Amino acid sequence: MDMIEIHLLLVFMIIAAVVAVRVKDLLSSVVAVGAAGLGLSMAFLVLKAPDLAITQLVVEILCLIILIRATIKKDLPFSTSGRWVFNTMATLSFLAIFLGFAYFSLKNLPRFGDAIMRVSGTYLEQGYSKTGAPNIVSAIILDFRGYDTLGEVTVLFTAAIGVLAVMRRIGRRKAQGGDK
Amino acid sequence: MEINNIKNEIGMTLIVKTVTRLTVGLILLYGIYLIFNGHSSPGGGFAGGVIIALSFIHIMLAFGKDMALKKLTVPFARVMISAGALIFLSVAMLGFTKGAFFLNTLFRYKMPFNLFSEGSIPLYEVAIGLMVGGALFLMFVTLVLMQKVDRDLEKRRK
Repeated sequence: MDMIEIHLLLVFMIIAAVVAVRVKDLLSSVVAVGAAGLGLSMAFLVLKAPDLAITQLVVEILCLIILIRATIKKDLPFSTSGRWVFNTMATLSFLAIFLGFAYFSLKNLPRFGDAIMRVSGTYLEQGYSKTGAPNIVSAIILDFRGYDTLGEVTVLFTAAIGVLAVMRRIGRRKAQGGDK
Repeated sequence: MEINNIKNEIGMTLIVKTVTRLTVGLILLYGIYLIFNGHSSPGGGFAGGVIIALSFIHIMLAFGKDMALKKLTVPFARVMISAGALIFLSVAMLGFTKGAFFLNTLFRYKMPFNLFSEGSIPLYEVAIGLMVGGALFLMFVTLVLMQKVDRDLEKRRK
């Protein structure tokens, strides 16, 4: 069975996530988060989705640069105060509840790679003849599901406008000279 | 060309500057390649836009803020964002001429694996690439500038 790579990558990602939470140094934590993202990118590649693998890898690099740039100067201390008995009990009880519900709900899911929605088969069959794009991912996200991409573009545009508003305020304060 | 001035004091060391000078054009070209071939091969507007933003962030990390802002100014990045959004919306609204939103009206004949042959999909890719490149570069610039202003304020308060 060729699912062994996926399982190895999932174990690697879980270990990286646990290390990212537990490690004391903030920079090491950021690097561990990057390792988890790299494992996700390789999982996409194993599942034969190179579009998602490229996007995930590139976004992971960008996030790593931004996080390092934002966190390397200010080394925030972790709050390792008391009440660890209560915290551990809360975590364990939440995990038990979550796993119990997940056992009952995930039992009814279709098998891996066995899509239950029939529309995906229609997309795969008619994607090339309807849109003419050989890359089926582009055909779906930009033609069949154009509304979703329009929403994504709207979200990104709004985020950029918000960032520009923030920068404009700081530029004005900097131009006035001083922290008024 | 001022990017060749590798003995500038601002930024990282000589090795990083030399490698950046050699590779940053190839990175930008790869982003543009991904955008224009997103309809026929893996890639697409989002990944290509992020790679374009990363090439300018690469310049910023190696040569400092001023060099990167000279290569891609903030007003030009704003124009990139706005033009991307407007191109996307206008190409989507071109479908109203045939009666439906997001209808692929430019798709007339099939020539697979050609540049600009699959109707309006490459135009969408270019629009998304422009917007993502400009937006992510501006977000990075904003984070760096904000951090600098915060540190200046802290220094002045002390």
